[in-house]
Amino acid sequence: MSEFGNYLLKRVAFAILSIFIIITFDFFLFRLMPGNPIEILYRNPALTSAQIAVLNRQFGLNLPLYQQYYLFIWNSLLGNYGISIYYRTAVSQVLYPSLENSLVLLVPATTLAILLGIMTGRIAAWRRGTVTDGFLTGSSMALYSIPTFWLGEMLILLAIASSSFPVSGMYTIGEGFSNGFVQLFDLLRHLVLPLVTLTLVLYGQFTIIMRNSLIDVLDEDYISFARSKGATERYIMRKHAMPNAELPMISLIAVNLGLTVGGAILTEVVFNWPGIGLLIYDSINARDYPVLQAAFLIVAIAIVLANVVADVLYSYLDPRIRYS
Amino acid sequence: MTEEQHFLKLFAHNLKGMTGLVIVLTFVMMGVLAPFVSPYSPYATNPNAFLLSPRPSHPFGTNVLGQDLLTLDLYGAQISLIVGLSSAAIAVGLGLVAGLFSGYFGGVVDEIIMRIVDFFIVIPALVFMIIIAALLGPSTVNVILVIGMLSWAPTARIIRSMVLSIREWPFVESARANNAGSLYIMFRHIFPNVSSVLYGNAMLAVASAIFTQAALVFLGVGNVTAISWGGIIREAYATGALTNGDLSYVLPPGFFIFILIFGFIMIGYAIEEILNPKLRLRRQ
Repeated sequence: MSEFGNYLLKRVAFAILSIFIIITFDFFLFRLMPGNPIEILYRNPALTSAQIAVLNRQFGLNLPLYQQYYLFIWNSLLGNYGISIYYRTAVSQVLYPSLENSLVLLVPATTLAILLGIMTGRIAAWRRGTVTDGFLTGSSMALYSIPTFWLGEMLILLAIASSSFPVSGMYTIGEGFSNGFVQLFDLLRHLVLPLVTLTLVLYGQFTIIMRNSLIDVLDEDYISFARSKGATERYIMRKHAMPNAELPMISLIAVNLGLTVGGAILTEVVFNWPGIGLLIYDSINARDYPVLQAAFLIVAIAIVLANVVADVLYSYLDPRIRYS
Repeated sequence: MTEEQHFLKLFAHNLKGMTGLVIVLTFVMMGVLAPFVSPYSPYATNPNAFLLSPRPSHPFGTNVLGQDLLTLDLYGAQISLIVGLSSAAIAVGLGLVAGLFSGYFGGVVDEIIMRIVDFFIVIPALVFMIIIAALLGPSTVNVILVIGMLSWAPTARIIRSMVLSIREWPFVESARANNAGSLYIMFRHIFPNVSSVLYGNAMLAVASAIFTQAALVFLGVGNVTAISWGGIIREAYATGALTNGDLSYVLPPGFFIFILIFGFIMIGYAIEEILNPKLRLRRQ
């Protein structure tokens, strides 16, 4: 088999194993805690007896633990996450819309943070040791240190004082939108503050990652060689340094996705953004364990898959990785 | 000059490192001295003085129970430092042992430990922690354990990569030739050579543990009953102080978290800069 195929196979096997472990963990965490939260909840009087009967059949709550475990794996893979105690509907019906709303915030914020981070990280590395570098590195570390939720609250204070942007939710409540554009405009206005918050807290780490990655590359022999050949600094930067420094960014971004999701949860809670983070927060307060169980599963699996894609992409673009 | 003295000399000349050190020591003083310098008892409530705006008797105002916010902000340093340092100690300890075993033994042991590390690096730690902390109930010890046991993977990875090269050095070979046991070689010969990196890493672990603790409390899980900065921010949010524009309620606790984390990150980064010559500044 080709070197690449071999690598691909290894990564996919690891992903499958990880997903299996995540499901296992998810199962036992919610069954073995004092009082067995899941079993208590599925006998909850808030559910109709028909719903309880369905759950009993689907999850085998009267069967021995190991059989429940098989059923749980099976149901997880099929997307059957049970019934939300709080919303009294199938968990997937609560989960998927939240997931979409999260992406509306997460995708532009991450993209913006990465692009800005690459830009300033490049300048910092280029001007290494100067005041510019000191300022950019220092401010990146400062942004990285700011508690997400506090930054969000400070922005809320500012927005209220200047009555500029809406501070809560995704749309103006009770507003009948006359057409799609008005609705989109309302969404964008609500997006501003959460987007700024999340972008700022993510941006710092990407600057530092880019800077250090570039500095590593700038010390390589081939850079000195290009310089001694008489290539201009700008040319060296663009043709030799950047392509090699940007590659590791792909896998670092994927590895940092867990952190990104953490930032997104806090941002969603502060701004009442109806994404998966707010759903997790509300489910904790409502003791809605089925939703919590499913939310963890979905988020963790999504991140594992994103990492496999990033790893494979990286090794495809940089063949050196496969041989190490 | 011994290696330690050389390191300390470089650290003393590192602006980032010294700034960080001063910040951290200031907060340690704040936590230790809180009971002596606070104007009020942190538990004393006063139903006649709730949600006061800042005034000479209450520089930061009071909360919904009439407790003095300055007092609470001073006491808040304690839990942040305790949780930050203890969780980091657990995380770095676990990471060190995992990294030493993985790098020294190699082969199957390495493969297994590194796949576990991959798993823990990738999973969304905060989501994991929220759920475990929520299920375990409010307790500072639980929060320390949860943060510590879910944060060791980055340390393990760094230590392993160092051990991989150190184990090939002649002094390790000579120790092995002299029939030294594996554990003895790992902790007596290899450990001293990775310890400095470990310290740098530990500082970053403390910073991230302080952040996580505050975030968990803000989300209402973990040690919500203890006096903490995250708790004050949560309270300000919940009681509408935010919409009232009570800057003195929200600003100080978050600013303290921010500066304390910044301090630890600066120290960590300075250590890394000193040990990694590529990142070290070139003096003309």
